[in-house]
Amino acid sequence: MSATVSSRQTRDPAAPAHTAPRGGRGRGRAGRQLHGGKITYAVLILFTIGSLFPLVWTAIAASRTNTRLAQTPPPLWFGSNLFNNLDKAWNGANMGTALLNTTVVAGTVAVSTVLFSTIAGFAFAKLRFRFKNILLMLTIGTMMVPPQLSVVPLYMMVAKLEWTDQLQAVIVPTLVSAFGVFFMRQYLTQALPTELIEAARMDGASSLRIIWHVVFPAARPAMAVLGMLTFVQSWNDFFWPFIALTQNGNPTMQVALTGLSRGYTPDQSLIMAGALLGTLPLLIAFVLFGKQIVGGIMQGAVKG
Amino acid sequence: MTAPSGFTPDTAAPPAGQGGAAPRTATAPAPDPAEQRRRDRRSRRYRWDVRWSPYAFVAPFFVFFAAFGLFPLLYTGWASLHQVELTDPTHMEWAGWHNFSRLWEDEFFWKALRNTFTIGVISTVPQLMMALGIAHLLNYRLRASMFFRVAILTPYATSVAAATLVFALLFGHDYGMVNWSLGLVGLDGIDWQNGTWTSQIAVSTIVIWRWTGYNALIYLAAMQAVPNDLYESAALDGASRWKQFLHVTVPSLRPTILFTVVVSTIGATQLFGEPLLFNTAGTATGGADHQYQTLGLYMYEQGWVNLHLGRASAIAWTMFLILLLIAAANALFARRLRKSQ
Repeated sequence: MSATVSSRQTRDPAAPAHTAPRGGRGRGRAGRQLHGGKITYAVLILFTIGSLFPLVWTAIAASRTNTRLAQTPPPLWFGSNLFNNLDKAWNGANMGTALLNTTVVAGTVAVSTVLFSTIAGFAFAKLRFRFKNILLMLTIGTMMVPPQLSVVPLYMMVAKLEWTDQLQAVIVPTLVSAFGVFFMRQYLTQALPTELIEAARMDGASSLRIIWHVVFPAARPAMAVLGMLTFVQSWNDFFWPFIALTQNGNPTMQVALTGLSRGYTPDQSLIMAGALLGTLPLLIAFVLFGKQIVGGIMQGAVKG
Repeated sequence: MTAPSGFTPDTAAPPAGQGGAAPRTATAPAPDPAEQRRRDRRSRRYRWDVRWSPYAFVAPFFVFFAAFGLFPLLYTGWASLHQVELTDPTHMEWAGWHNFSRLWEDEFFWKALRNTFTIGVISTVPQLMMALGIAHLLNYRLRASMFFRVAILTPYATSVAAATLVFALLFGHDYGMVNWSLGLVGLDGIDWQNGTWTSQIAVSTIVIWRWTGYNALIYLAAMQAVPNDLYESAALDGASRWKQFLHVTVPSLRPTILFTVVVSTIGATQLFGEPLLFNTAGTATGGADHQYQTLGLYMYEQGWVNLHLGRASAIAWTMFLILLLIAAANALFARRLRKSQ
């Protein structure tokens, strides 16, 4: 943990207290100042290629025909069949609906998680009330519990509510997250000066006004990070949606993809087009907000 | 916890009996009755607000959390002692320990346990070692360092489903990229799907690809918090870069390393999508001979393919117990480490 975190609320998540140094060499600050050599660059470039190649190849395979994918050598460059395959996936395989569904699910879950986590995290960080520590322990304790442990009763509940194949079966159980509350609590503990709340109290502000005018502005950077992380996680969630939704009903992207790959002769170019469609929105987000996402992960990572 | 409600002790919540949000001076003129009433009302509302609003703030979270987080957790234990069929999930029949004894006798359960362990080890160990090395390199001053960081994180943004389907194609027996590359250097193609080791290595590759960059960034964040003078004094003592890495970086990162080990272990015990979708036959058996079926996949197969929800609950509880054992072993190990220093 970077030892001295100023309690200013203007900390930009893209620039945590310990980003790459901008100053000269070794001014006693954390981190190393040595320049990387040729070997460093070579290894990093190789690793980067390894990280990106499967994604690039997904696009290559999605632009080819099935006949071409069943030949050696495997295609190493783009073909001309991309729009055919995308059209097949979009119209023939229900991918358009799935993309819309996934957007609705991930968007709703991200917004509600951020909202509830900020409010509850603020209460845990700055307020005093009875049973606070017990409730907090309970929240943290369940963070490590695997989702498998609750999936059977969840399935029974969804069956009883007759939600099977409805989007709310995926949305409602994930509207709040223990991790989110913990994350916001950690952030607000150091980012929101208690004096600020006191001052607002002295002015006779009600709790709701304090939430709106003091807490939300102070929590904004962390809210953005949590929102992004939650969106990515919800977009890629597989286990529970796969159980709660069938491929022909109301699939999310991941469920629809699975549906494509089932069958005696899976249509490989169609699957690759589907995989591309399912990954593309997040990739675009990474190109646009990569810096903030990296900052957010690095910031959320350093605990203790 | 019997402290009075309100704000942290060092805040100035007005003592009971003295109303108003604004501090009153002793020389205040006597207020007229209407003003007094208004003031009383305001102070009552204020105290009420301070006392009860924290509960209102945590309530929305806890209502959902109790209904969809805590209740299912506990109910799974109850369900594991019953016979529940997927065809009628609301009908339960008492079965006692029957589900657990059936597990104990099922060879596929033991196989899944073994597979989960080996896949867990061969996916976690290389992944974290590589992540440590990459983080170390990223910690140098680099051109385009942000580009590298974003690029190695992209696999994390790829869904399990998409990544697995792509890798299944890359590992294809006849036309896969991997076997073709092996052919280039004069090696025979491998039947990745059907061998025990080969299929487990392939499944682990997907996990390694998706998570190495993410863990590297976590390590990098921890490395940047290591005080620079530690390195400087090590350099003065004539330690090489490698020695500095070994004797300064790694010890400083111990808590972070432990944290990633725990999180990756939990992730490994839950593997589900990878072994499900790597199987081109489209079944939940994890290969023709269950050679890469993990516990998570085995649980799905028992519950949603063979329709025994009670038995699936028993498997879930068993997984949880295994996790607790691993966590306990981890805690012991960490304490040993601390003592040995």
